[in-house]
Amino acid sequence: MKNKLRLHKYSMVLIGFLVSLIWIYPFYLVVTNSFKTKADIFNSTLGLPKIPTMENYSTAFIELDFIHSFLNSFLVTAGSILIIVIFTSMAGYALSRNPGKTSSGIYFLFAVCMLIPFQSIMIPLVSLFGAMDMLNRTGLSIMYLGLGSSLAVFLYVGAMKGIPRALDEAAIIDGCNRLQVYWYIILPMLKPTTVTVIVLNAIWFWNDYLLPSLVINKEGMYTIPLKTFYFFGEYSTQWHLALAALVIAIIPIIILYVFLQKYIINGISDGAVK
Amino acid sequence: MNFTKRTYWLFLLPALLALLLVLIIPFVQGIYFSFTQYDGFHVNEFVGLDNYKRLFTDDQFVYSLWFTAGFSIASVIGINVIGLSLALLVTQKLGKISTVFRTVYFMPNLIGGIILGFIWQFIFLKAFTGIADWTGLEIFRGWLSNTETGFWGLVILFVWQMSGYIMVIYISFLNNVPQELMEAATIDGANSWQSFWKVKFPLIAPAFTVSLFLTLSNAFKVYDQNMALTAGGPFGSTEMVTMNIYNTAFKVQEMGYAQAKAIIFLIIITFISVIQLYFTRRRETEL
Repeated sequence: MKNKLRLHKYSMVLIGFLVSLIWIYPFYLVVTNSFKTKADIFNSTLGLPKIPTMENYSTAFIELDFIHSFLNSFLVTAGSILIIVIFTSMAGYALSRNPGKTSSGIYFLFAVCMLIPFQSIMIPLVSLFGAMDMLNRTGLSIMYLGLGSSLAVFLYVGAMKGIPRALDEAAIIDGCNRLQVYWYIILPMLKPTTVTVIVLNAIWFWNDYLLPSLVINKEGMYTIPLKTFYFFGEYSTQWHLALAALVIAIIPIIILYVFLQKYIINGISDGAVK
Repeated sequence: MNFTKRTYWLFLLPALLALLLVLIIPFVQGIYFSFTQYDGFHVNEFVGLDNYKRLFTDDQFVYSLWFTAGFSIASVIGINVIGLSLALLVTQKLGKISTVFRTVYFMPNLIGGIILGFIWQFIFLKAFTGIADWTGLEIFRGWLSNTETGFWGLVILFVWQMSGYIMVIYISFLNNVPQELMEAATIDGANSWQSFWKVKFPLIAPAFTVSLFLTLSNAFKVYDQNMALTAGGPFGSTEMVTMNIYNTAFKVQEMGYAQAKAIIFLIIITFISVIQLYFTRRRETEL
């Protein structure tokens, strides 16, 4: 019985390992080929580089304008997340503490908007923001606030159910105003949900292509996905440069993933299950 | 102790205003635009149902709808079968290695569709040719050069990406299955096959609601991967419905007509979601 169990375990580990290889193989090929010369990729795609070269990287780094693209992506992602977390947790707090027709109506509005696919509003959205002269990074962050508010409000209202009313009432009696109660008591207690909201939205905003491509049209304002796309269009026949650019674009995410792996995976499952 | 009226609205206002500005106003405007000839700046003419009538004779649009539907069905099956299998695998008692597996399977989801699309473009065009040269298997040659390989290329990319995501959802449901129940089944003489189908499977039914809903609507809304992997080619034969809407709006500049397509798209997505929720909810209670 024990031997059988052990055999079962080892065969499972073996299967898991083989599947991992399949999952990693595309990354492996991209990384190994990014160190090859153009001719070397053409002659042997599957093999290791004959004489590894770093030249692809220095060219791609400059052509991607990587420092600027990285900063643009960072500003848009961090700025949008900051306003989403603050404004939707405030809304969730207000909705859950004032039950009644108004609150359920507004909550329903947020929830229903979750069903609207982006492509069905993108045309009027872009015209509207264009008319307000808001087709820039600030406008993009406001769009993300609107598009992301549905799910975030939904998650925060759910989390508020676990925070007893007596807590804010005690603080009010002690002389706090609403804003202080929210900032010093409610927001810290909502931390697990905040982690979920940050994770879900960070993955979305950092990687989004379609919306930024419609909103940002100034060369210096491009985010990483936009810049990668235009770079690829220009260098599509030059795989050695294109692959180095892909690796550069991925590295920041992988570093973050290694350190925050637990939070990211928990955040995803909490967001989907609730 | 409720909020004063003023604080209540102050707390709600920023999020509510953004929702109004970004979703509700464009939504209402969008319905209006779909009945007009609109160029992005001015409504030139109110045309009633003309845009909608034209949809039925727009072969490329109808084709892109069917292509998207086929892609979605193949992806939903692939993602859920593989996602659930991976979840079952990593929830066996394998020790620390299961965390490593979980991390690896999930990884593609952190990377944007544009970059994933380019990675796979390289795999299909270059690495597959390398494999064909090496093994002599002709099946690896000519990928993305015709409709069929374009279709399966998109499905492979999307299944590879989303399986790890759906795995995470199945894992969280599997972890909630009480251990005693599984032990009781074993003591009663159930083999692992039986205890999966008769005990675990019914208990994780809600996971199917979430996963099917997520994968189906995500598959229908795919744009970035389509753009980066095939860009709709060859000759628009792998153009999905979102790309068709985009091209009509921003390449051909027929915004009113594109908006009519967008409304049809909205109706389809909503219809799928509602049907799906209805059926899976009902099955959950039956079990």
